[in-house]
Amino acid sequence: MKFLVCVKQVPDSWAEKKLGADSRLDRAGVDAVLNDLDEYAIEEALRICESSGGNGEGGEHSITLLSMGPDRATEAIRKGLSMGADNAILISDDALAGSDALATSLVLAKAIESSGANIVLCGTESTDARMSVVPAMLAERLGWPQLTFAGELKIDVTANTVSIKRMTDEGVEEMEAPLPCVVSVIEKINEPRYPSFKGIMAAKKKSIETHTLADIGLAADQVGSASSWSSVVDAALRPPRSAGIKVVDEGNGGNELVSFLADKKIV
Amino acid sequence: MADVLVLIDHNAGLVSRAAGELLTAARALGAVHAVAVVRAGEAEASRAVAAQYGAAKLSIIEAVDGHPITPSVDALASIAQASSPAAILLTSGAKGKEIAGRLAVRLGSGIITDAIELASDFSATQSIFGGSTVVHSKVTHGAPVITVRPNACEPVAAESSPEIIDIPINHTSSGVKVTSRQAPVKGGRPELTEASIIVSGGRGTNGDFGPVESLADALGAAVGASRAATDAGWYPHSNQVGQTGKTVSPQLYVACGISGAIQHRAGMQTSKTIVAINKDADAPIFELADFGVVGDLFNVVPQAAAGVQARKS
Ligand SMILES: Cc1cc2nc3c(=O)[nH]c(=O)nc-3n(C[C@H](O)[C@H](O)[C@H](O)COP(=O)(O)OP(=O)(O)OC[C@H]3O[C@@H](n4cnc5c(N)ncnc54)[C@H](O)[C@@H]3O)c2cc1C
Ligand SMILES: Nc1ncnc2c1ncn2[C@@H]1O[C@H](COP(=O)(O)O)[C@@H](O)[C@H]1O
Repeated sequence: MKFLVCVKQVPDSWAEKKLGADSRLDRAGVDAVLNDLDEYAIEEALRICESSGGNGEGGEHSITLLSMGPDRATEAIRKGLSMGADNAILISDDALAGSDALATSLVLAKAIESSGANIVLCGTESTDARMSVVPAMLAERLGWPQLTFAGELKIDVTANTVSIKRMTDEGVEEMEAPLPCVVSVIEKINEPRYPSFKGIMAAKKKSIETHTLADIGLAADQVGSASSWSSVVDAALRPPRSAGIKVVDEGNGGNELVSFLADKKIV
Repeated sequence: MADVLVLIDHNAGLVSRAAGELLTAARALGAVHAVAVVRAGEAEASRAVAAQYGAAKLSIIEAVDGHPITPSVDALASIAQASSPAAILLTSGAKGKEIAGRLAVRLGSGIITDAIELASDFSATQSIFGGSTVVHSKVTHGAPVITVRPNACEPVAAESSPEIIDIPINHTSSGVKVTSRQAPVKGGRPELTEASIIVSGGRGTNGDFGPVESLADALGAAVGASRAATDAGWYPHSNQVGQTGKTVSPQLYVACGISGAIQHRAGMQTSKTIVAINKDADAPIFELADFGVVGDLFNVVPQAAAGVQARKS
């Protein structure tokens, strides 16, 4: 099986984010990291491989990371490689700056088509864009089934099917689809490993193939901010919330809280 | 005036409060064409809500396969192609965004997610970076596909008798088979995203949500949880508030034993009034609390619950 995991480099989710003058996320002052939520997808691919035939040299399976982003996204990709993925593809091109989810999914789908992958794993959202739409868009573009928000994932190699279990507002659902298929996994599915020293050393030798738009058969005017189908009209900082009253409980804190709610006419 | 397509969000025949909100918001922008994609026997609730909130037209489609997404994409795409609507509106949530994402690709439309307000030109207001920044965005290509957050407006009834529109749907196969489905266990409490009051518990509960639930019940509130609490298995993931949980914006949010990490704040920062109970006076949650109690939640919360009960009787 050829696993492909979509990973994005994002500003650290612990940092306060703000918009730059061009109404795009100001990435300059913030550390760039591997999207936390994509680590769960990498971990899940690793676990499936480890439980059935292995990946990497001598293994039955392979795990390729796929990312669209600037050249420095290789730093985030390296982390995924040091967790144990085998190699990576980075689509990087100046024309990609300002791409929206539609353009991103177009680029990723093109790269997936030529990768020969049987299964594509994604996180549920990139912690910067937070749209949670790229996996669905990939499935639509590829014409593949999609299984999203997986809390458990199983692959039946002989039957060539994937099944997931998920818990949504609709309840607990189990679903099954034939390969190839797009799956997104939630943060409850596993606990991603920390890269080991051995893993970090091995990752230095793993290949990250960088492709331009032309390499994957797309033109500059199909992507980037110029072709984006939505645009920001204006942006403003909301006045920060100011802290209000703070009391120390000396046996009456609950009652003081009730008085506050009563003053607010909430109770 | 072109139609505004609205997908009625429902769940096993139960129509969400957000459907009424979305129909109310859409009514101000054009003639509403409500679309409901239902399983057999679930049509009536959707018809009733469309009529209650003033839809001019209504299409009810019976889903051909059990997949929660593709039948809605097929229905909205077929109707949009036949009627060239001014916009297509859905409820923001895991399901709504997934449908919207596919639909935008299929129609060649721009997409905006998590709108909190819509203007007459279909530009949308979004609250981003955990509520710290407000942006206005506009779709510049195709019929805008926009998902609107629950609780963005008050649902206002306006009776109508919608004209039933039958449009042939081009069904595609999702390839997905639902092999089992277990309806959610509905407690007596309101839905998290619909509730006007939420009481949440975090790691500070140490696994005992009893006080949190009793305050919630006294206030008629929904129960939320931090990721630390859902990761520990103390409360279901569907009750998680924050970046990878739900974004909520209730009238009152009460955080009990929650530190207020940035990813938690991202999901509740725009609540109207915020109350925090935490024994650490330096917990970041106090930076946004309108009222904070520094103390042990196991003392403060039960006292508050009793106090609220007492005022009711
Ligand atoms: C990509 C990503 C996504 C995330 N998404 C989310 C999300 O959706 N939602 C979310 O909540 N978090 C999310 N997190 C996790 C977040 O960073 C925090 O780890 C989490 O919110 C902490 O939960 P907590 O406040 O309950 O626990 P803690 O940070 O451990 O805080 C517990 C608090 O309880 C107080 N306390 C302890 N005992 C008592 C007592 N008896 N009485 C009163 N107070 C007491 C302590 O003083 C402390 O402040 C995410 C993290 C990442 C990296
Ligand atoms: N630029 C990108 N490169 C690779 N994968 C991406 C990219 N953007 C989004 N993804 C994948 O799509 C998921 C959802 O992202 P989003 O729709 O942007 O919230 C992420 O968790 C990634 O797996």
